[in-house]
Amino acid sequence: MSSDTSRFIAEHVDSLKPSGIRRFFDLASTMENVISLGVGEPDFVTPWNVIEASYHSLEQGYTAYTANAGLLELRQLIAEYLQSAYAVPYRAEDQVIVTVGASQAIDIALRAILNPGDEVIIVEPCFVAYASAVTLAGGVPVSVGTQAANEFKLQPEELMNSITKRTKAIILCNPNNPTGTMLSREELLPIANLIQEHDLLVLSDEIYAELSYDDGYVSFASLPEMYERTILISGFSKSFAMTGWRLGYAAGPAALIQAMTKIHQYTIMCAPTMAQYGAVEALRSGSASVEQMKKSYRQRRNFVMTAFEDMGLMTNRPGGAFYIFPSIKETGLSSEEFAEALLIEEKVAVVPGSVFGESGEGYIRCSYATSMKQLTEAMKRIKRFVERRLI
Amino acid sequence: MKVDKKEIEILELLEKNGRMDVHTIAQMVELSPEEVEQAIQKFEDQQIIHGYSTLIDWTEVLGYEGVTAMIDVKVTPVRGKGFNDVAERIYRFPEVKAVYLMSGAYDLSVSVEGKTMSQVARFVSEKLSTLDTVISTTTHFILKKYKHDGIIFGEDDNNDRRMPVSP
Ligand SMILES: Cc1ncc(COP(=O)(O)O)c(C=O)c1O
Repeated sequence: MSSDTSRFIAEHVDSLKPSGIRRFFDLASTMENVISLGVGEPDFVTPWNVIEASYHSLEQGYTAYTANAGLLELRQLIAEYLQSAYAVPYRAEDQVIVTVGASQAIDIALRAILNPGDEVIIVEPCFVAYASAVTLAGGVPVSVGTQAANEFKLQPEELMNSITKRTKAIILCNPNNPTGTMLSREELLPIANLIQEHDLLVLSDEIYAELSYDDGYVSFASLPEMYERTILISGFSKSFAMTGWRLGYAAGPAALIQAMTKIHQYTIMCAPTMAQYGAVEALRSGSASVEQMKKSYRQRRNFVMTAFEDMGLMTNRPGGAFYIFPSIKETGLSSEEFAEALLIEEKVAVVPGSVFGESGEGYIRCSYATSMKQLTEAMKRIKRFVERRLI
Repeated sequence: MKVDKKEIEILELLEKNGRMDVHTIAQMVELSPEEVEQAIQKFEDQQIIHGYSTLIDWTEVLGYEGVTAMIDVKVTPVRGKGFNDVAERIYRFPEVKAVYLMSGAYDLSVSVEGKTMSQVARFVSEKLSTLDTVISTTTHFILKKYKHDGIIFGEDDNNDRRMPVSP
């Protein structure tokens, strides 16, 4: 008998590539005194009133399961929020589900809609989990690249070229991780037209929507005819600095949310109760702290953008999220080589763009969700590194 | 004085860190260094910025002695004089670090610093309570400062608990 237990692993799981982020994490973890711009989460601690509300719920003994779809009170607040912020109306009773992070919302949305072999279009560079989540749900991820020349904005023609008879859905992330690119209404409309024409569904990952710096953020579901074709995915991780709480949500057409709730019910039961009570408080009173954090991210974005320009690295202007995606092509290094050498020589961790898909090659993702003190030092070090490489 | 949004940002940044340099501020608020310089000059001229101070936790400085007391002061309102005159007579003393006019049970809140408790006590009994409009004083010594001017004392700035790389 073979002792290699890997023979038990399902093929579609075995075929998943380990995340490039993971590899970089392992490398950076072995080193000390590293300034990390590799972190995809806020540097703030969750606003105190949210933490306090969660304590309070525990003191009151709210330690049992909630409804599968989440506390009705929380779903109502989510619905009210989506209505007031993005003018999209959802019924709390059957159109909103509270999930374990936006991550789980993406997972159950894909599992709810995909038949084996269905294709899902992914716009790269993008969040590392999309392609694997599609594969795990039995689907086939199809990548569409975007280019710096277009500020990493999805071009409708390129989207059109990748649609086939098997295409069922497209995952859009606005503002985007890792580029920070934000699409305006005018840029979304032709995409919506194609989606309508080809009868597709959209998973709209709007987890960074509250962290958009330019006015007029447009939720995909609010576009003409898109309401019935959109599963809006969001959560508390980024805007409320609640990554560790594992709380997100999805809103969409009732039939789809109900199908997702079925999967959720049999696999998770419900999202953590104390986190849900924290989220209730976040939505009730958190907008001031979100504004405060956003202001600080915007100032830091401005700072790093000029810093990269000063060192001669071309960069796009991030419209949202807390990432900047400068080009490192001038150095002649691949993004992996650049990130690795920078880490070893200057102890600054960034994430190689290739991790986010083929079109991310030649770029690095720098998160500016780090103190100004750290950012200032990091920019000094990167500049030194780049100057050495440019000679 | 009317200030715009970016000017308010400059003030907020300086309030948090009076040593932040003009170039960094300029980058953060998307203005030129000259514009930031001018704005700061204007704030100083118009006494919107009154000075630049440093927040020091003296309890961490070995060998330093000092105590602070908050004193509730009740005064007799004097016809035609109001509180300003009494306040001035009080805030001119170098021992006095802050004076506020309060609503509620007493009139003035006075913060006094001294080397020792008895020095502060002497100031209160000999200087403050003997002013002719002062009716009564209640002295509270500060035992420990947890938070001052929005800064939590003893909080470590380098307590980033995040993993070095995450999605
Ligand atoms: C675009 C995007 N979607 C979803 C997630 C996952 O969020 P959550 O913590 O809510 O699962 C992330 C986290 O990095 C992200 O960047």
